[in-house]
Amino acid sequence: MSRPALSTVASALYLAALYGFIFLPVAVLVLFSFQDGRFPIPPFEGPTLKWYAAVFADGKLVAALVNSLLVALISSAAACMLGFTAAYGLARHKLPAVELQRAIITAPLTVSYLIIGLGLLIAFNTLGMPRSLLTVGIGHAVINTPLCFAIIYSQLGAHQVNIERAARDLGANDWQVMTLVTAPMLAPAVLASYALSVTFSWDEFIIAFLLSRFDVTLPVEIWSLLRSGLNPKTNAVGSVVFLISIVVVLGLELAVFARTAKK
Amino acid sequence: MADLTPFEKHERRKAWAFVLPTIIWTLVFFVAPFALMLVISLWQRIGTQIVKTWNFDNYVNFFARAHVVEGLLNSLEITLIVTVISVMLAYPLAWIIAEKVPHRWQRLALILAILPFWTSYVVRSYAWLLVLAQNGVVNRTLMGLGVIDEPLALVATRSATVIGFVHFFVMLLTLTIYANLSQLSPNYRRAAADLGANPLQILIHVILPLTVPGIMVGAFLTFVLCIGDYITPQILGGNQELVLPQIIMLQIGRRADFPTASALSIILMLVVTAAYLLSARWLKLERA
Repeated sequence: MSRPALSTVASALYLAALYGFIFLPVAVLVLFSFQDGRFPIPPFEGPTLKWYAAVFADGKLVAALVNSLLVALISSAAACMLGFTAAYGLARHKLPAVELQRAIITAPLTVSYLIIGLGLLIAFNTLGMPRSLLTVGIGHAVINTPLCFAIIYSQLGAHQVNIERAARDLGANDWQVMTLVTAPMLAPAVLASYALSVTFSWDEFIIAFLLSRFDVTLPVEIWSLLRSGLNPKTNAVGSVVFLISIVVVLGLELAVFARTAKK
Repeated sequence: MADLTPFEKHERRKAWAFVLPTIIWTLVFFVAPFALMLVISLWQRIGTQIVKTWNFDNYVNFFARAHVVEGLLNSLEITLIVTVISVMLAYPLAWIIAEKVPHRWQRLALILAILPFWTSYVVRSYAWLLVLAQNGVVNRTLMGLGVIDEPLALVATRSATVIGFVHFFVMLLTLTIYANLSQLSPNYRRAAADLGANPLQILIHVILPLTVPGIMVGAFLTFVLCIGDYITPQILGGNQELVLPQIIMLQIGRRADFPTASALSIILMLVVTAAYLLSARWLKLERA
């Protein structure tokens, strides 16, 4: 009986070590955002909220935070729409060259963000289109559309076809079938893909860095803060960014998976 | 095509109306920019002008410039080290969560294991900067324990880059490997146990071979994301030892040399494609 006990102890130790490694940077980040001193390094000199006050008093950071939210919410809505309509069209209708169409739509998933950003930067330069939040939003919609498409397409199973046919027999037109029948059935997948897009856009740096100019998003503003070295204010704004991502992800977890678990 | 009924033609037109906007969107904002990049990579930047020269000089020069080749080698080395370490750390974690943690706690254990995954690259790398700094937590702890007398120079080294990367990819791989492990039928394990295998033998001879596809998918994702990342090496690795994405960014930022940056990006993509072809027979990316 000593053998299972030993393996359980070893498992617990390994689990503790890895969780420690995974949470170490986040714990240090958040802890020293409350640092009552000039540097976010040990020793911890007691809690204060002054760095959070400094973040929200900083006009540039607040503007960047609002920009990030706008870009994330709007570009994800576009990505979700484009992903949903394409998934619906390809899963419900027989079209020629389906494989090719799927390959085109999902291609951006296989290319690194740096290269997508550089390609768009060159294209916008060539067109004479100035860099702005609009170009950042386009970049984020480019990376998130294939993600939304893949998630929604994988959930468009054959079992929903009969329900859609029934709706048609009862006199619903295509638009009504899609908006009143298919979309609600797919709500968990659509919501999941939207929330994922929002967090990816919210956290994305390199495309936003390449495609923005005067108005920037929060990760880009944090990037310029890094030049001034270690600073508890950077900890505070980093903690805010992390907190917002976690709220979105846990909200999704509770909204979608709690519901699917009940079924 | 010609024998479609009017109704079928009508249906097909509707289907195109659903699909075409997305196809056009992808062609305009992804395929066209990429084609433009291919074209520009054949041009030259001479002085401050972009000259339409149409030759492969940017690609040939790649191998002539030692620091660029070194950048590619650094990228490959760091990516391979990160991939191997991350798989070796993540596999036992995923296995313990799937096998040892009681079933109703597994979902929570998994969510916790990947929670810091949801921080942005920039914030996560900054957090590691804090941990590894000269007076940071790691150095203070080691000195407090008397392990070292002088603080270790951890920041602005390859080790810092590797640690930052491993942290991210352990979370990613734990997710993909757990997904794979939890899909395995318990009958495999029961059958092996009935035949007299102990838990370690079951893990090595039964579970591990069955999860190779999951490991390969995760390892490929790690490779792609790691070799294309600019942020982690820039923040944690510093400027001592550049990787390819850092060299690409230098061409854009400091020199506005888009032809060279494009050529380097295409070489980076070719490396990823080669990795895909090498691992393709283990990768099964199918519709669920």
